[in-house]
Amino acid sequence: MSIRVDYRASLSLVGTVLKYLTVPLSLPVVVALIYGESTVPFLLTMALTLSVGAGLERLAPDPDLRPREGFLMVVTTWLAVALVGTVPYLVEAHGIPLFVEPIHPDSTLANPVNALFESMSGFSTTGATVLGAINVTDHTHGIMIWRQLTQWLGGMGIVVLAVAILPELSVGGAQLMDAEAPGPGIEKLSPKIAETARVLWGAYLAITVLEILLLYGLDLAGMAGPNMNAYNAVAHGLTTMPTGGFSPQARSIEAFSAAVQWVIIPFMVLAGTNFALIWHAFSGSPGKLWRDIEFRGYIGVVAVMTAILTGLLFTGGFATGVPEGATYDAAYLQQYASMLTGSIEPSLRHALFQALSIVTTTGYASIDFDMWGAPAKYALLFGMFIGGSAGSTGGGIKIIRWIVVAKALRRELFTTAHPEAVRPVRLGGRTIDDRGVRGILTFTLLYIAIFFLAAFVLALDAARAGIDFTVLEIVSASASTLGNVGPAFYRLGPMGGYRMFPDSSELFMVLLMWAGRLEILPLLVCLTPEYWRR
Amino acid sequence: MRVIIVGAGQVGESIAADLSDAHDVVIVEQDPDRVEEINFAHDVLAVEGDGTSISTLEEADIETADMVIASTDDDETNIVVCSTAKAVSDTFTIARIKSTEYLQTWRRSGSAFGIDFMVCTYLLAAESIVRVVGLPAARDADTFADGRVEMAEFDVGTESPLAGQTVAEADIYDSLTFAAVVRDEEMQIPSGDTVICAEDRLVVIGSPRSVRSFADDVAPDEAALSGEVVIIGGSEIGYHVARLLADRGVDARLLEQDPERARQLAEELPDTIVMETDGTDIEFLEREHIGDAEVVVAALDSDEKNLLASLLSKRVGTDRSVAVIDQSEYVDLFEAVGVDVGVNPREVVAEEITRFTHAGGAENVALVESGRAEVLEIEVSPDSTLVGRPIRESIQSLPDDVVIGAITRGGKYIVPRGGTVVEGGDHVVLFTASEHVEEISSLL
Repeated sequence: MSIRVDYRASLSLVGTVLKYLTVPLSLPVVVALIYGESTVPFLLTMALTLSVGAGLERLAPDPDLRPREGFLMVVTTWLAVALVGTVPYLVEAHGIPLFVEPIHPDSTLANPVNALFESMSGFSTTGATVLGAINVTDHTHGIMIWRQLTQWLGGMGIVVLAVAILPELSVGGAQLMDAEAPGPGIEKLSPKIAETARVLWGAYLAITVLEILLLYGLDLAGMAGPNMNAYNAVAHGLTTMPTGGFSPQARSIEAFSAAVQWVIIPFMVLAGTNFALIWHAFSGSPGKLWRDIEFRGYIGVVAVMTAILTGLLFTGGFATGVPEGATYDAAYLQQYASMLTGSIEPSLRHALFQALSIVTTTGYASIDFDMWGAPAKYALLFGMFIGGSAGSTGGGIKIIRWIVVAKALRRELFTTAHPEAVRPVRLGGRTIDDRGVRGILTFTLLYIAIFFLAAFVLALDAARAGIDFTVLEIVSASASTLGNVGPAFYRLGPMGGYRMFPDSSELFMVLLMWAGRLEILPLLVCLTPEYWRR
Repeated sequence: MRVIIVGAGQVGESIAADLSDAHDVVIVEQDPDRVEEINFAHDVLAVEGDGTSISTLEEADIETADMVIASTDDDETNIVVCSTAKAVSDTFTIARIKSTEYLQTWRRSGSAFGIDFMVCTYLLAAESIVRVVGLPAARDADTFADGRVEMAEFDVGTESPLAGQTVAEADIYDSLTFAAVVRDEEMQIPSGDTVICAEDRLVVIGSPRSVRSFADDVAPDEAALSGEVVIIGGSEIGYHVARLLADRGVDARLLEQDPERARQLAEELPDTIVMETDGTDIEFLEREHIGDAEVVVAALDSDEKNLLASLLSKRVGTDRSVAVIDQSEYVDLFEAVGVDVGVNPREVVAEEITRFTHAGGAENVALVESGRAEVLEIEVSPDSTLVGRPIRESIQSLPDDVVIGAITRGGKYIVPRGGTVVEGGDHVVLFTASEHVEEISSLL
């Protein structure tokens, strides 16, 4: 058996990407210096990425990237950055034996599996956490900003960023971006793919900066609540646009005022929108936004979901009691139930915030939605499968695929009654050929099949380890990690975490988040023997 | 006038035949056998050669030609012929084109490709079908003066309430003129006390609204189009008919047998239901209730199939059938055996090209009764015999069988009555026998 894939070329480029990862690592260094904390975790990571990167680069000095090598490069890049991302967490918890004392030895991230889970959850913009104490006293400011930064880097895509800055990726770049970017197919905004990648990252950076400024402005105006400050403004700016959901606050966005929640809402809307579309809208053709069928579908889904949730909350759709081990207590339930029931603004705000947060797969919480009643929770669980738009930073199945599935279904119903009718599936003015429709149907089915299979694997593993999970927890954990959403339900809810899973389950969920971020197929392709041999 | 026609296909030949009576016609054709045929069959000069080559055009004496008509079967060839002609002379160029893409490009500038006038065969045929479909009782319909004036031909059925009335009794419309009555192949200009009989064919000119309400009165059972139209055959004509109907908000189904073509049509026609099937399958026609359709348009690629499709659809219950008929000789025969209206694309193209061969600047022309009469739109020159006198006086100086059907002045419709005074610059739509066309053009 001979291997027909030039894996050396792929790994060499992964090495180049790793080398460049030292640049963003300077942000936590700066933060650590500002707060007078140790910079050792980050300096060590920088040294490590540089040397590993340089070492990998030597595998093939002049890599020739063909389509197959491209797949391998994208897939391994995501694993490599997740592995590198664990280093700061591990150094914080363990120090460097014989040289540097540990900073926070009690950190739950001392366990390398937990550290990998947290890192992959970050880069894949999932936002599921295994941190014990989420604050900036049990962890350093630097570590917590690194955790936010992993999401920001993963959001628009590490490979897209690489295409933007590495000239050697200009030829195969479109295919690389296609493998990484969410949704079927990418849209070139300019003849040069590197230019397109730069435009995307530029827009992404600009919107992020705008959000940070607005959040900090609210703080300066005294409208953001006691927990907001410059640090939190930056931290949340870094995780909104990538639809990440990490927060250095244990209570997520609940820690801030209603004004902050209202400001974050439009940014979540943007984060779930196709960036190419945002670019068109801001560069002179705003009409394109509303003419886009996916954007309309996206707004429609969010509107319907918000209306349903608002109705449920307004009429008092909350849990009737507090189950054992819940992330909320009776007083909290009582307080929010009486505050929301019958009041339109808070009901609408929390409904809209949560609908957006789940549909775009951000995973922020403006409230502990685990205390909502069964119908509202069910609506959110369903929302985890919708996902953002193609070309956004969101996970899940994506609006465009659901639209195509719905249209294919309608065509099927019509052609059953009129067998001779020829009805191509149309999106806006374009038609999608049957190959494209088949691809989308296959992906959607595969996604749902993997969701059920993964839930079964998690249930089996929990039973093996003797840990008792409810079916809702298992199912929502599978949907949430595969869809890169973040929070699930009950003990895995927005104020809880994934800590009680055994290491084996956590590793499996790392795989799910990895697959989910790359939309399954690139990872699956690299696992088939045909890919390697023929 | 000296006219060079490039391409002696059926269209080229029929245009040549039309023009050869009054003009000097040179035909350029590549096929030597065809050149010989044309030389014997018509009073024209046929030259053998490639119309896109400058030496061939010079051989045809392009410098002295007044008009070049490129009518080969190939769009690109026709375009190159016109461009070449324009490059070496300032002759008027007409190109016959199939692709509407080129038509759109040409419309942008009006002189693109060095073409002065572009005739899109399929589009013209489709437009004429849609006009007929839109006026249920009409056999033929044409618009003038930017759509403000309409000419239509109607058959008076035995059931028609008009049968037995005099023209004066029937003329209850604001702006409608009875231009001609055709009875037993005999064409006559009606006067107020002419009695309309069943089986007559009427030619009327008027505002679109009047023509439509007249259509309702001629055949009350066939009031304006309200049901579905079924188009059998996804030819280019079928495609354009479907597209134009969709523009007008009419429900249409398009039947096409070839899977590839059906797919392509379905992609291009979002509002039309395209079905991949043979339109002559009785079981299908019944299962899909084609009989409930108000009109069936047969636009398949052969006349025989169109006849079959039309007759089958009538058989399953369709009210009216319109068929595309390539061979002009078959039109009468098909209409006799049951096709309600036959549309001959070549005749439509010939009409369109004829309009440029008329001296005196007729703006628009429609042929009536296979060319025995014409309806002309003419912009009246200030020194015309019509100007400055009431029509009842000025009409005396025109040939007998001329009817002034409508006048538009500055975009407004004027009903021509005996006392109406025509001004210079008015557009006059008039009906006349073909033999007087030249004379009238020079008088106005």
